Amino acid sequence: MKDHSAPPASADVDPHVLYWRKNLRLMIGLLIIWAIAGLGCGVLWADFLNEWSLFDTGYPLGFWFAQQGSILIFVLLILIYAVAMNRLDRRLKQSVAERKRRKAEADA
Amino acid sequence: MNIQIWTYLFVGLSFGLYLGIAWWSRVRDTQGFYVAGRGVPAAANGMATAADWMSAASFISMAGLISTMGYAGGVYLMGWTGGFVLLALLIAPYLRKFGQYTVPDFVGDRFESQIARLVAVVCAIFISFTYVAGQMRGVGVVFSRFLEVDVTVGVLIGMVIVFMYATLGGMKGITWTQVAQYWVLITAFLVPAFAISFKLTGTLLPQAGLGAELIGEGIFFFEKLNQIQEDLGFGSYTEPFLGSWDKVNVFCVTLALMAGTAGLPHVIVRFYTVKNPEAARWSGFWALLFIAALYLTAPAVAGFARYYMLEGLNGATEEELPGWFQSWEKTGLILWLDDGDGVVRYSAGDDNEIFRTGSLGVAQMADIARRHQQFVDSGGERGVDGRKVLREMGLSGPDRDIIVLATPEMAGLAEWIIAFVAAGGLAAALSTASGLLLVISSSVAHDLYYRILKPTAGEKERLLVGRAVIGVAVVIAGLFGIYPPGFVSEVVAFAFGLAAASFFPIIVLGIFSRRVGTIPAICGMLSGIVFTAGYIIMTVFMDMPLWSFGFSEQGISPQAIGTFGMLLNFAVTLGLTPWFKRPSERVQELIRQVREPEDSTPAVEIETSAEH
Repeated sequence: MKDHSAPPASADVDPHVLYWRKNLRLMIGLLIIWAIAGLGCGVLWADFLNEWSLFDTGYPLGFWFAQQGSILIFVLLILIYAVAMNRLDRRLKQSVAERKRRKAEADA
Repeated sequence: MNIQIWTYLFVGLSFGLYLGIAWWSRVRDTQGFYVAGRGVPAAANGMATAADWMSAASFISMAGLISTMGYAGGVYLMGWTGGFVLLALLIAPYLRKFGQYTVPDFVGDRFESQIARLVAVVCAIFISFTYVAGQMRGVGVVFSRFLEVDVTVGVLIGMVIVFMYATLGGMKGITWTQVAQYWVLITAFLVPAFAISFKLTGTLLPQAGLGAELIGEGIFFFEKLNQIQEDLGFGSYTEPFLGSWDKVNVFCVTLALMAGTAGLPHVIVRFYTVKNPEAARWSGFWALLFIAALYLTAPAVAGFARYYMLEGLNGATEEELPGWFQSWEKTGLILWLDDGDGVVRYSAGDDNEIFRTGSLGVAQMADIARRHQQFVDSGGERGVDGRKVLREMGLSGPDRDIIVLATPEMAGLAEWIIAFVAAGGLAAALSTASGLLLVISSSVAHDLYYRILKPTAGEKERLLVGRAVIGVAVVIAGLFGIYPPGFVSEVVAFAFGLAAASFFPIIVLGIFSRRVGTIPAICGMLSGIVFTAGYIIMTVFMDMPLWSFGFSEQGISPQAIGTFGMLLNFAVTLGLTPWFKRPSERVQELIRQVREPEDSTPAVEIETSAEH
């Protein structure tokens, strides 16, 4: 969150710095959804949402978010995080290997 | 075959399974003992985490809480699962990359301070013991109801079983036993829920059944339930913010539970057992998926049980009382004080006749019942109205712990299902207890003995100390189970509040800020702990009126105070940071390593570096 030391993005930026920035962006995005689904729809707007019900069921919507919907969304968030982060990890390893190879070529 | 024989059969089989797994997975070194050799596959670790996480409270008490609280019970569902998201995104992969054994390890190394390590150790031990006490009580409840043995004998049996597999196999034994325990507890929870949902609504899936129409009534289940609830003065089941918590309190309790969950040491260490951060992420997903199976079903069990409870009891005469009532009456978790008309009334008003014994002694309860009988017989001239006495003690309504255990009986399900639920309750209690005992063991033997007191201790000695500490901890936990302190439920609020106010901010800042140094972190942690603990002690034990903080006219409930403790911790730490020096080069290097995925740079392997 406090990475002010990072240089501006360019072709030669350390891939680790880019990786960390992407990580933070993904994390903050997911946490915003987390807050909206759980604390927002489940609590703050629950009384308002309760005036509707979920599709054709007997669930009042606010109640549904508090006891079912938020949990479903939470599971989905962690799934997205695991898939996206593990892909970022793999890309980082690739680009680090790439840089090393280029550097070795340049040295030779 | 009756329920008791079925129960002996299931409990005996499941205990045999746990012991067999323990023997198969016994360990010889500290790495195996504390982190299962870091070789647990992600999905298996997810299952073990789920079993570790879902305690007797989740299995036995949570649905009961939702059942009596209605909408507001959702704070536990959202709090505990939402906290898991924080844990999986903000903490787990990084601490796995850090690659040590315990949470105090991270706090001590990141902030380069033995004081910080010590504060963390004390918090970890306190939180774990609070939790273990609850588990042992769960074991006692199951044993006394289903096997009709004395609670003491039940707790002793539980202690011996946990002791055997925890000392033999350490984290490895515990992990694989927890995988087995997950299957026992989840099947035991789901089978009755499916059966009841089908019986009431004709829909097999309980989550769908809860939103469906009642069979033969042509009205949505919730409409019917809300109607009954309102007729009896309980207030609508689905409407928010009716009970003792207003919106501010519901919000703060949820947030405190979320942050507290993310800071629970026994759950964090589970992520130390997988191969690498990638597996830690997957394991987080599997864990929440497996947890969700129970957490999405609990609201259905809660709603259906509420319906059976209100419909089955109200208007029943002595002869019409359902069978489950009589079998649970013996345990004192539910009782009926008639006003003389011979008909049960369970309501929110002064005419309520359903109560629980709570922490009253047998003699005290008998005295109240005797004087109440006098009161009824004399038409109010002599004796004392027992209903008023119990109501003023806050003992109205049945004990929430019977909801899950009694629901299969309420719905008239087969005897083997009822017995299986008992085995599930025991699995939930034992799996969590064993995970907690390992945290206590590692806090004392690793953090305190090895890292602070005697850094020269050899591998064999550390393993021996670890096993001995588990032995001592099992005995203390067992004593808690046999002689439960009357304040267990208040203390649980304490555990979450403290975890939220101490560990959560400090671990998150430790990972995401390079700038936060030793002194701000210690000050933040101490101010969070002192504030939270102080508020809970003052309001719960010393009758201090609740503070409103300018947000809530009701005042902030002690369960919600962790949110404020957490904010205070963040504020103090970040506020002091600019005035103190940056962390050393060594710590900067540590942070850099924790943030990077494994093998991306040829860094020093932490585990094999000279220090360890």
